[in-house]
Amino acid sequence: MTTQAVHSGRAQNLASSSRQRLLRGALPAVSLVIVLAAIWYFNPRAISYFGLNLMLNLAIPVALATIAQMCVMATNELDLSIGAFVGFVACVTATYMPQEPLLAVLMLGGGVLVYMLAAVVIHLRNVPSIVVTLGLSFFWAGLAVLIRPIPGGAAPGFLRDLMSFQPPLIPMPVLLAVLIAGTVHLILMRSSYGAVLRGVGGNARAVHRAGWSILKAKVAMFALASVFGILAGMTLVGVSSSADANMATGYTLLSIAGAVIGGAEFVGGRISPIGAVIGALVLQLASSALNFFQVPFLPGGRIPQEWQVGAQGMFLILILAARVLISKAEK
Amino acid sequence: MTAPTGTAIELSGVSRSFGAVRALSDVNLLIAEGQCLGLVGHNGAGKSTLMHVLAGTLRPDQGRIAVGGEQHDRISVHLAQKLGLRCVFQELSLCPNLTVAENTRILHPSIKGLGWRQKAGKLISAMLDRIFPGHDIASDTVVSDLSIGRRQMVEIARAFTVSEGVLRLVILDEPTSSLDATTARQLLEFVREEVRTGVSCILISHMLGEILDYSDQISVMKNGQLVAFGPVAQFTRERLVDLMSGGEHPDRAARERSIRSLADAPVAVRAQEGGQGLPFVARKGEVIGLAGLSGHGQTEFLVRVFEAARARRADVTVAGDVSFVAGDRQADGIFPLWSIANNVAVGSLPALRNGLLLSGSKERELSSRWGRIMGIKAPSLDDEILSLSGGNQQKALFARALSTSSAVVLMDDPMRGVDIGTKLEVYDIIAEQAAGGRTFLWYTTEFEELEYCDRVYVFQNGRIVGELQGQDITEAGVIGSSFKDKDAA
Repeated sequence: MTTQAVHSGRAQNLASSSRQRLLRGALPAVSLVIVLAAIWYFNPRAISYFGLNLMLNLAIPVALATIAQMCVMATNELDLSIGAFVGFVACVTATYMPQEPLLAVLMLGGGVLVYMLAAVVIHLRNVPSIVVTLGLSFFWAGLAVLIRPIPGGAAPGFLRDLMSFQPPLIPMPVLLAVLIAGTVHLILMRSSYGAVLRGVGGNARAVHRAGWSILKAKVAMFALASVFGILAGMTLVGVSSSADANMATGYTLLSIAGAVIGGAEFVGGRISPIGAVIGALVLQLASSALNFFQVPFLPGGRIPQEWQVGAQGMFLILILAARVLISKAEK
Repeated sequence: MTAPTGTAIELSGVSRSFGAVRALSDVNLLIAEGQCLGLVGHNGAGKSTLMHVLAGTLRPDQGRIAVGGEQHDRISVHLAQKLGLRCVFQELSLCPNLTVAENTRILHPSIKGLGWRQKAGKLISAMLDRIFPGHDIASDTVVSDLSIGRRQMVEIARAFTVSEGVLRLVILDEPTSSLDATTARQLLEFVREEVRTGVSCILISHMLGEILDYSDQISVMKNGQLVAFGPVAQFTRERLVDLMSGGEHPDRAARERSIRSLADAPVAVRAQEGGQGLPFVARKGEVIGLAGLSGHGQTEFLVRVFEAARARRADVTVAGDVSFVAGDRQADGIFPLWSIANNVAVGSLPALRNGLLLSGSKERELSSRWGRIMGIKAPSLDDEILSLSGGNQQKALFARALSTSSAVVLMDDPMRGVDIGTKLEVYDIIAEQAAGGRTFLWYTTEFEELEYCDRVYVFQNGRIVGELQGQDITEAGVIGSSFKDKDAA
């Protein structure tokens, strides 16, 4: 073989692996388009300003929780407490924020500190994050029940106004989703310290050898996760205008699923903020989509409500299968 | 005492121990400004430890390090960066999930703010162009998309990039191991060019030709000590091999074992490499040593033999069962939550059955018998395995392998970190067992252990490159076979 041939062979290898990455990166977006197309096929009126507003309203808290989960996943850890934490934040927000805003802010600040402390324990004592965050999930759930033994409370005015604001042309949830995805992309994917933060997930020893503190990086990522968890809880109250201690328990698994659909991996620091937000939207739409599907042989021609969770699972499996197929086809 | 001008780094009396093992003992080393120091030595000679001390990833127990005339008790990772000490480690230190430019930025805290990507990309591309002209690595490629060789190129180039401060010393640990001949030469030529600008370089390699051709000074390490140091002209290939092996052992003749005539014994293991490399034969009752530099395919060979005993393979045939003694106790040896007795008996479960269930009495009988034979020192065999010292844990692993009925015992450098007393006891048991007809395949990184072997195969790059027998099993013989240059091999 001539040198030329060797070189072009190399170039092809390189091109194929970056094409594979491109395809994998496009997968969340493609799934979103498919779900939207399916909804449009059964009910064209759903794809409208008000339709999207209704269907995606609850997707914003899920997207924020997914971003929080993704921050933790970027350091090769997992946060099993995010659902309980969002519930705790929602209870604090609905109970204290309207009348005693200072107390509420202090309590939420305490939440950030606990997250940072968890990172310290996980890193220094080498405790699996699953254990620490599982324990914390009971801590948050307990606090939430103490604060709000029965469902109720009220959304602070500014949150209610924010979540029900109707900008011209583009529905608010879509606008917020773009804003969240863009901001986090800037912080984690484009900033210079973001590269270090993601490097910790990729090869912590290499980052350490270059003179960076792994502890600081992990604490920063957990702090960032708690901030997005707080935003998730607050927007959730803004949408539902009251709180309940168990209102977000499902968010833990939804956030993991959303991040994974969006292209994140459990180890190796591979994350995608834009993908994660899209993943959360896909999961949310997938359950709404079932309401529109016409299935002639079922009673009433509709898929029963109880199947919605199953539908989310199906989407997850389909998308992950597609991802594996892409990786295999290119090898 | 002030360092003479022109000294980049001076180590004085640096020592470092790991448990009972002295990895570095009283090392004095002077690295001159603008020179390339070739560092050679066999496995465990202390090269890596020395390197980690300079990189700040290991704290020396004693000694002082002077960098540019300034004394330091220890160097932290942060200080090493500040002083301009860079290391290219053998195991790669890039983040696979980041691009080439992002990996470069991680080494340079000063590259930040708007346009940091372009700055880092330009920096690394310029250096790659200088060292490896004609390379095809784009700075926005994600590292996991690059081949191992290209990752090595990126890491080497990154070590030479400067954004602020000075670059004083670059340590290259086996830098050419995953480069092809052309890029390896480009790198070594670049090193010569770079030292002319005043940067110092430590080149660690087992390609003695590279060391002799591209260094100004050479130092040879053995057992954590510097055994020779001088300008390159004082050394030849033969002298380096001699120095690394430290001459012959005086007690060798006394220990010379009767060369047992096993040539007629039935073959226990036979392996044939595809085309290259020598064939491997082990006969019943033989103790076969697998030697060579660590990580050159010995463990993989043992695993292949192990698999061949369960599922037929074309290239390896094994007569009878095999058992395996792991060297990395924690990773693939002990069950840390089990008792000593359970850990011993788990290798022989089929023989301990009573109907469908395990027989507790048979299990106790087996483990106490072998605990006695191996001399495991424990108040009770029902104690947790982790209550034992490292040496006794290893004895339990030997007991697990030897208590089976297997005809072939594979040993993957089993004496790592084991005290000498235990070693001598185990050597005797191995000799006894071999006399009883068992075959041992023994991968070891310690020369002394090869002397307990009937024959030795030397591995290089996954192939068998030498076979030594009886009198010929010497340190020099093994080193001579394992330090062959790429083109010579």
